Amino acid sequence: MIDLNFRMRDLANWALDTANSRGASYADARIVSQRSRALTTKNGKVGSASDSESLGYSVRVIADGAWGFAASEDLSRAGVEATAARAVEIARASAKVKQHDIQLAPEKPVTAEWTTPHKIDPFSISVEQNIALLLKIDSELRSVAGITLAETNLNFNREEQWFVSSEGSDIHQTKYSAGAGYCAYAFAGNEIQKRSYPNSYGGQWQNKGYELIDELKLVENAHRIAEEAVALHHADQCPEGKFDIILDSSQLGLQIHESIGHPIELDRVLGMEANFAGTSFLTLDKLRTLKYGSEMVNVVADARQEHGPGLGTFAFDDEGVPAQCTPIVTNGLFTGYLSSRETAHTIGATRSGGTLRAEGWNRLPMIRMTNISLLPSEKPLTIEQLIASTDHGFLMQTNRSWSIDDKRYNFQFGCEIGWEIKNGKRVRMVKNPSYSGITTEFWNALDAICSRDEWTLWGTPNCGKGQPQQVMGTGHGAAPSRFRGINVGSAYKGS
Amino acid sequence: MLTQDQAASIFDRIRKLCSADEVEVHFSGGRFALTRFANNTIHQNVEEENHTVSVRTVFGGRTARASTNKFDEDGLRRVVESSESLAKVQHPDPDLLPVPDLREAEGESDKNSSTQPSRHFEQTAALTPRLRAEAVKKIVDVAQKHELTTAGIFSSSESVEGILNSRGLSRWHSQTLAEVSISMLGADSSGWQKANSPDVEILDPLRMAEIAAKKAVDATHPREIPPGRYSVILEPSAALDIVGFMFWDYSGMAILDQRSFLTGRIGTKLFGDNITISDDAAHPLQNGAPFDGEGMSRKRVPLVENGVVKRVVYARATAARMKQSEQRDKVGPIEATGHGFPLPNEMGEMPLNIVFATPQNPQTLDQLIASTERGVLVTRLWYIREVDPYEKIVTGMTRDGTFLVEDGQLRHGVRNFRFNESLIQMLSNIEAMSIPVRACGEESFDMVVPAMKIRDFNFTEVTKF
Repeated sequence: MIDLNFRMRDLANWALDTANSRGASYADARIVSQRSRALTTKNGKVGSASDSESLGYSVRVIADGAWGFAASEDLSRAGVEATAARAVEIARASAKVKQHDIQLAPEKPVTAEWTTPHKIDPFSISVEQNIALLLKIDSELRSVAGITLAETNLNFNREEQWFVSSEGSDIHQTKYSAGAGYCAYAFAGNEIQKRSYPNSYGGQWQNKGYELIDELKLVENAHRIAEEAVALHHADQCPEGKFDIILDSSQLGLQIHESIGHPIELDRVLGMEANFAGTSFLTLDKLRTLKYGSEMVNVVADARQEHGPGLGTFAFDDEGVPAQCTPIVTNGLFTGYLSSRETAHTIGATRSGGTLRAEGWNRLPMIRMTNISLLPSEKPLTIEQLIASTDHGFLMQTNRSWSIDDKRYNFQFGCEIGWEIKNGKRVRMVKNPSYSGITTEFWNALDAICSRDEWTLWGTPNCGKGQPQQVMGTGHGAAPSRFRGINVGSAYKGS
Repeated sequence: MLTQDQAASIFDRIRKLCSADEVEVHFSGGRFALTRFANNTIHQNVEEENHTVSVRTVFGGRTARASTNKFDEDGLRRVVESSESLAKVQHPDPDLLPVPDLREAEGESDKNSSTQPSRHFEQTAALTPRLRAEAVKKIVDVAQKHELTTAGIFSSSESVEGILNSRGLSRWHSQTLAEVSISMLGADSSGWQKANSPDVEILDPLRMAEIAAKKAVDATHPREIPPGRYSVILEPSAALDIVGFMFWDYSGMAILDQRSFLTGRIGTKLFGDNITISDDAAHPLQNGAPFDGEGMSRKRVPLVENGVVKRVVYARATAARMKQSEQRDKVGPIEATGHGFPLPNEMGEMPLNIVFATPQNPQTLDQLIASTERGVLVTRLWYIREVDPYEKIVTGMTRDGTFLVEDGQLRHGVRNFRFNESLIQMLSNIEAMSIPVRACGEESFDMVVPAMKIRDFNFTEVTKF
């Protein structure tokens, strides 16, 4: 890694001094050093092996009441001063088309240091060891007859950031994250089936060190996952109709992401994302009036370490606001949005909710989900007890497809595998399970949530938003839950 | 901006630091600026400059890649060390080929391919925040004239892409790109337009704003009509967003992996007679570099002719593997086509310069509407995802201007639909098309594609707005 400590203050002062001298009323600078490693295998061979590092900075300013932002890799004094001056010039251009001046909620400046708690630096583990693990998993997957494609992945990231502002904040944070997973495909006849572990689309991701990889029991589950992929070819098609469904915690995590996490982003609500990511059905009049879900539904946006090592865990957001826990849904009532210093006043808040984050040094921070989690039941309930209490329904596991409209009302999800439940017992495997609905109707149909022992804080590493688009990691805690009378099978309706 | 001469100098420095059998160096980056507006206000306005150097080293069949944006001596030394240390611990890859020399990369002159036109325009490179703001002001004026609010972007970029390797290959591409996307929003309706071009003077933001505004006004008070199978007219952006989901499968590696819906289907008539598709990076309405991730020239490849899937694209190593595979007699012509991703990778290759052929009797969008007794006009599709990988069923939503067509006329806006549609069926049910145009959406990559009138398009649900 590049040692920047000795230069950070110089860089920051050059940026802030230039912005100030050019007339900015507010300025902040983020200097970010990123390192990542990605390893994959496919059918017994290393698919890709790559390391990357990137170092740069951005300067965000308010001038003439409008925003400007410029970013550069050029760390020279002349480069930094030119970038800061460019940010002010851009802000003055922005001011030509504005309806009102930017208004920032007050925030007390802080000086702080923070690093993701981790036991093992993931970059300290040899590449040989990592590849040996992936090839062992690959071998287990392909030992099952009928598997036609096996893919595995390991990913490690380290991001060190210095944030300084014209208000006096000086924050140094270092975040680690790790991710791992695999997928087994079975092609036969006119059908491709697949199973993934621990989750689809890259597996499980958390803000942890290498200890995450050890915890996931990757090898131990490989044979079962491969057998399920092959067995799906002999399973019946999931029927179409209204049924009770139980979602496993990973699928429920994505359901939370799409139908709660995105609609509560205040920038969407205010129309700032209307051209791309869309708006939200959660107009401001719905705060503390909308019955979002049944009384069992309690959802928080919690970026604090005590919530867990989610991809949305940090000490300060990217405009220097401390991590917080915001109640989003309280006993079914809609109670909170994700906000920033710029947007807080629109909901009568005197302080930002601390959710402004950027993908890297060259991207503008924007409102992003932190850890948006459905709290578990306080009464003990295992998934087996939940199944045992279900007369007739379907258990669906591991996401395969996901889609939701641009106001976050109508959604449809497909899962990799389903199980029909009759009289409290799993009676058969079904393939191609899917379900659909309207967000508020769905969450009001929730009637059971498993307890803490079944709760997992999942990581979604690929959340896209913004123009230019930014990819961000978000966290979603969930325990298996049951929903009554849901539309099942619509993905294959008419086909 | 990084120049080709500077890149050559950096490459020489990397070679001196490198002990590998072979080395390949990618350069990419440039200047990018984007002015974003919403609620009739510029609310985000960004600019960045960045370049990346990516070094792939090879030791006896072992290869790996490392990248950095630091071009000083320390940065280059670190990236070479990272690449070499990663490569040395890999297992030898029996399919890895030597890096290509210039002769192999350029290939024999392809009589089907034309020379790629210049995609660098000074007027695009010269765009300033102030010029973009002036254009946004005019868009806002249109919105206010129609009592709407507007949101969107006006972006511009100047970028470079280059590959040099230890066998003397040196390829370089520079280009510009300007893009405008406009949403117009009413109380219960919206309209949308998006376009891009290497030449900003091709774009007409004012006209786009007026079209988007008209859609928003015409769609006011949308009515709910039941889901079901409808005749559907997809405007070009909507057409590209949905058909784009099948082109990952037009890849030799996808066939070898048995993850393509074309597995076992190449040479068969999968779509209607009126569907002919090629990949052609040199097409005047296309975009991007004339070479692939190994520096191989991108050839024009006819993928589908009159509904018959003719062939797929190949990276060098994929072509070599396919020639040895049991499927070699069932997949059409096998040759490196210049569509590979940078090595090492798992995906192999993909066609990214799709061109739909002009139909025999092209119709304008107005004619497509006029010939429709009852159907739905779709401006834009959204959040498309694959439901079934072999039947190629995809789901998604309509958005920003969905209208009922009756007796050849737009009647009124309708609430947005969810669809679950097989692309195989859809491309077998196309009744008429417009002349293909360069179009861009959000769900797939830009392509040259017509508006399409499709019978029996499968809307399965309707949403609340």
